Amino acid sequence: MKPLLDVKDLKVHFPLASGQTVYAVDGVTFQVNEGDSFGIVGESGSGKSTTAQALMRLVDPIEGVIHLDTQDLTALSGDPLRTMRHKMQMVFQDPYSSLNPRLRAGQAVREPLDLMGLGPVRGRDTRVDEMFTQVGLHPDAKRLFPHQFSGGQRQRLCIARAMVTEPRLIVCDEPVSALDVAIQAQILNLLKRLQKDKRLTYVFISHDLAVVQHICTHVAVMYLGEFVEQAPTGQLFAAAKHPYTWSLMAAALSPHDRSRAGARFTVTGEPPSPIDPPKACRFAGRCPFATDRCRTEKPTLRDFGLGHRVACHYAGELTPPLPELAATA
Amino acid sequence: MQPILEIKNLQVGVDTGKSVQSVLDGVSLQLFPGKTLGVVGESGCGKSMTALATMGLLPDRFSVTGGSIILAGEDLLAAKPSRLRQLRGNALSMIFQEPMTALNPVLTVERQITEVIELHQKKSSAEAREIALEMLRAVQIPGPEERLIAYPHELSGGMRQRVMIAIALACRPKVIIADEPTTALDVTVQAQIFRLLRDLQMQTETAIMLITHDLGAVAEMADDVAVLYAGKCVESGTVEAILGAPAHPYTRGLMSCTPRLRLGAAANDPQAEGLGEIPGMVPPLGRFPKACRFAPRCALADARCHAEQPPLVDTAPGHSALCWKTSPEKAVA
Repeated sequence: MKPLLDVKDLKVHFPLASGQTVYAVDGVTFQVNEGDSFGIVGESGSGKSTTAQALMRLVDPIEGVIHLDTQDLTALSGDPLRTMRHKMQMVFQDPYSSLNPRLRAGQAVREPLDLMGLGPVRGRDTRVDEMFTQVGLHPDAKRLFPHQFSGGQRQRLCIARAMVTEPRLIVCDEPVSALDVAIQAQILNLLKRLQKDKRLTYVFISHDLAVVQHICTHVAVMYLGEFVEQAPTGQLFAAAKHPYTWSLMAAALSPHDRSRAGARFTVTGEPPSPIDPPKACRFAGRCPFATDRCRTEKPTLRDFGLGHRVACHYAGELTPPLPELAATA
Repeated sequence: MQPILEIKNLQVGVDTGKSVQSVLDGVSLQLFPGKTLGVVGESGCGKSMTALATMGLLPDRFSVTGGSIILAGEDLLAAKPSRLRQLRGNALSMIFQEPMTALNPVLTVERQITEVIELHQKKSSAEAREIALEMLRAVQIPGPEERLIAYPHELSGGMRQRVMIAIALACRPKVIIADEPTTALDVTVQAQIFRLLRDLQMQTETAIMLITHDLGAVAEMADDVAVLYAGKCVESGTVEAILGAPAHPYTRGLMSCTPRLRLGAAANDPQAEGLGEIPGMVPPLGRFPKACRFAPRCALADARCHAEQPPLVDTAPGHSALCWKTSPEKAVA
């Protein structure tokens, strides 16, 4: 099967006034099949949001190719790019700043149809009503302004606005991290239901491993602009092989397994700056397993079968410091 | 053991100009030396108001209308403002959520730590500087001598939060209130901060009130838990009781809403897929239901829940829930 989204060696660099360069995204390759959700996890500064924005062509990659279906997005600009945009939409983290405060909810959802000239003009209001119902809002709420909605309702509006153009791909950038846990569950369930009903494809950016495990079919772990590990979700959480992935797993707190509380494995330090990242393994400075080889030789992504790829010289040789993983290793 | 801080039947109201609306209604909490109490609930449930009332820092128009807050035998609500100033930062201190806005951007780290020490402890500035340095070492800031002369913007988020903790601990307080101390931080840094707080707590016997919306953080840090909903404490008990056998439908709902990280063999267990939901949202101030405040969102609610105040039921020793549907037998089963 041909993937819906095919990203090859994507690089986004930002030059600084000082003459230095921010290596925000530095050579990322992945494919997403139709109907799948591809999760990207990582800490702040890892480049996950920049990846999302590059997919939408909101920032320009300096290198790499992005294919959506048969279309090379990196080759498009101007009007052809604009007409492609109805096939790809984005849901942002902060539903407070991503809606125009002076547009009524109904107009906000209708706007993409008007801008892109999609569907008959007369049918657009009906389409907006349908979208409101599908995301669990009453169509009467069309007359209200964003400030009259709660955070969860606003995120529903953003989802309606993203879905109104019937996109094939939706890029969700931390869509639930600004929401309370009960509301977060409502929005996650909504995203899951809509995906099933409409056979949507998601790229799902999050810092929360449990959320990604819940919603994604494939996961990539990103660190300082690079994927350090990627695998189908089941495989990653059953048999993660990269020390950075382990550290994220050990640091994830869960009320369901108190036995994991105070998890022994913590890495020291904070992610270094993406300006001038380490030349060899970028995680070596924080990795308790690092050797001289890690500090001098750059690890490449190696395939461990089932689409499980790990960028670590010692992947498969180290014993995971997490009991659950060690048991199945 | 005697509680170091005891909040009894706390009532807080907000003056809207027309009437006084209830914000907190009968919240009772106890903190013990060397222990951590997790206070959980969604936004708008009264967690931060409980903290601010305890610190005597309620915003304008908000006031305590009843109850008592006793710190080591002293009623804070009866204390004069001058006495509260003596206690704040000294016996009772607070760690805020956003270290960038809570630190003063134009003062060095040294000045921000020594300020508290000089204010409360009659130390010379040289002595205060020594203590500040010692505090930076205690919170494991690398290169503490250089950091003393740094300004907040020169530090990362994790380092700023460590400075906040150093300030909060500088006078060896009896009680620390930590209001979402790690929400603004990355997960690996969050793990470091929690470990640091636990280690320091072991040395100093400080009682911590951890305010959070994250049940995972509660599992990690707390010994006891109080669950707040719409200004009422709906369930309290030990962390084992609350997370292991939650009795109140709201607590159970929060647990089922939290996605579960499944590692190793459990990762491929299809049974664990579903994510629960609590329908609706926390009612805004002034629109709290008259009877059980959770009833409109509760799947178990019946006519009585909508008509009458629920009783406080002891489901086990030290574990109680404010609910008509909880009975001692049920909780055991």
